[in-house]
Amino acid sequence: MSLRIVVTVKYVPDATGDRHFADDLTVDRDDVDGLLSELDEYAVEQALRIAENSDDDVEVTVLTVGPEDAKDALRKALSMGADKAIHVEDEDLHGTDAIGTSLVLAKAIEKAGYDLVISGMASTDGSMGVVPALLAERLGVPQVTLLSEVSVEDGVVKGRRDGDTASEQLQASLPAVVSVTDQSGEARYPSFKGIMAAKKKPVTSWDLSDLDIEADEVGLENAYTKVESAAERPARTAGTIVKDEGEGGKQLAEFLASQKFI
Amino acid sequence: MAEVLVYVDHVGGVVRKPALELLTLARRIGDPVAVALGEGAADTAGTLAEHGAVKILTHDAAEYAEYLVVPKVDALQAAVEQVSPAAVLVSSSAEGKEIAARLALRIGSGIITDAVDLQASDEGPVATQSVFAASYTTTSRVTKGVPVITVKPNSAAVEQAPAAGAVEALNVTFSEQATGTKITSRTPRESTGRPELTEAAIVVSGGRGVGGAENFALIESLADSLGAAVGASRAAVDAGWYPHTQQVGQTGKTVSPQLYIAAGISGAIQHRAGMQTSKTIVAINKDPEAPIFDLVDYGVVGDLFEVVPQLTEEIKARKG
Ligand SMILES: Cc1cc2nc3c(=O)[nH]c(=O)nc-3n(C[C@H](O)[C@H](O)[C@H](O)COP(=O)(O)OP(=O)(O)OC[C@H]3O[C@@H](n4cnc5c(N)ncnc54)[C@H](O)[C@@H]3O)c2cc1C
Repeated sequence: MSLRIVVTVKYVPDATGDRHFADDLTVDRDDVDGLLSELDEYAVEQALRIAENSDDDVEVTVLTVGPEDAKDALRKALSMGADKAIHVEDEDLHGTDAIGTSLVLAKAIEKAGYDLVISGMASTDGSMGVVPALLAERLGVPQVTLLSEVSVEDGVVKGRRDGDTASEQLQASLPAVVSVTDQSGEARYPSFKGIMAAKKKPVTSWDLSDLDIEADEVGLENAYTKVESAAERPARTAGTIVKDEGEGGKQLAEFLASQKFI
Repeated sequence: MAEVLVYVDHVGGVVRKPALELLTLARRIGDPVAVALGEGAADTAGTLAEHGAVKILTHDAAEYAEYLVVPKVDALQAAVEQVSPAAVLVSSSAEGKEIAARLALRIGSGIITDAVDLQASDEGPVATQSVFAASYTTTSRVTKGVPVITVKPNSAAVEQAPAAGAVEALNVTFSEQATGTKITSRTPRESTGRPELTEAAIVVSGGRGVGGAENFALIESLADSLGAAVGASRAAVDAGWYPHTQQVGQTGKTVSPQLYIAAGISGAIQHRAGMQTSKTIVAINKDPEAPIFDLVDYGVVGDLFEVVPQLTEEIKARKG
């Protein structure tokens, strides 16, 4: 048997950099270094572990939608051990929202062929966390999301979802869309060998016409939502800082009382 | 007046606080029509009517507890078709966002997640969001279809606003996808007796500086003296000192309480993403250079093992 896993990954601005908005109120991707979203590393990791623990012939493809630089994210995933990569790039994609992105990803996943899609729990920039659910809806397959533990056996995916009020065990037949949390297991670092091997792995490039998507289905102009304003949050006014000389706890209590918390 | 659908999060008929906050926001846009599903759905009616629901659509079926997300999407879609609302509001829990996203796609609408405020306008509801670890505030609108908006807990006050609250049965036909993902077992989280992290007015969090699981008792005592929820940084969670359900930050919960107290937490960007919109911020840290001090209204540079117990004692003494 064979198992085709497609891992969706996103190239995001570094969270520790100075992230801001461009003039058209999209995320500025020019001035900040980008990288593979850390939360997608967990998805790549789980795909590789499923491949390693399986007797089947497993192929792991990483897929990204994004500008030219997004290839860096694919390279990182390939150097971790993924087999091949797909890069969907088209200038008409600029400013595409979650609904549009899920369309592009779903078409690319269908074109690539899949048994299992694995995504991270959210991106580290937009962080809506809705793309996996949207993919399941578009592909018409089970959604098995926010797993902190995942396994695949005999065409069935199982996992644990830790929710607000309960921890649930989930189960679905393949094909399915899975997303994994940062509790699912530390992602590996690429080895030197992995980095060298990644250079020779195939990266396929597709544009919108390859996916039969019209320009008016995506992009900023056709987004389903519009950002009307973006303002930097005013810096918090500097607070009072005291050094504990033995009365720190009491001083803090005094402050809390002055603010009516006690 | 236009009707606004509010998806009600409840546990066996007990309405969760964020759902009541949604009713407050919904009343700014139109007449709130609540949708309550699953076991105990009809028991929510009294509370919802008191807080402004003109109508409550209910439906109970085993599918809601046995299968993930999709049955609820099917029901909400049925409600949209029945009511033709001006907007759909859902609270921003993990499940809430998934339900909202799938609904939006089905009804050809745009979606806005994690709003922290909502105002009416001639062109439909305007949502305020806090982005990039709360370093920016944006306002957005849905431009296609019926706006579907998820709202973070603590974004509005719960208000009494008695309304008719007529209960009506919702007709739901489950889709083929509804039974795709089976919930084979469910272990409810043990109640700590403390307020829910995302809903609490005060949150006390501990980080790596707490130094061990057993020392979290210090954080818990302080929290209990204030009637607060307990949070933790990822470092403390990863070390196994406190459960992941209590993690505050980018990959944990976002909290926006009246008061946030951080003890032994450095204030990394990913932690700030989860607490920066708190009204008053207080930190206890032995390192005067810790970035958390950039955010505080009041900070104590000192050893938390000295400061926290003294603070707890003083609070207890003052409260008598
Ligand atoms: C993709 C991603 C997602 C993440 N998500 C989250 C998240 O959701 N939440 C989160 O919190 N982090 C998250 N992180 C991790 C984050 O980057 C930090 O590593 C983490 O917040 C650090 O936790 P900390 O402040 O407890 O520990 P540290 O950074 O080690 O800080 C400990 C602090 O305790 C102080 N201290 C030590 N001893 C004492 C004492 N006796 N008295 C007083 N102070 C003392 C020290 O001075 C120090 O400032 C994420 C990281 C990544 C990459």
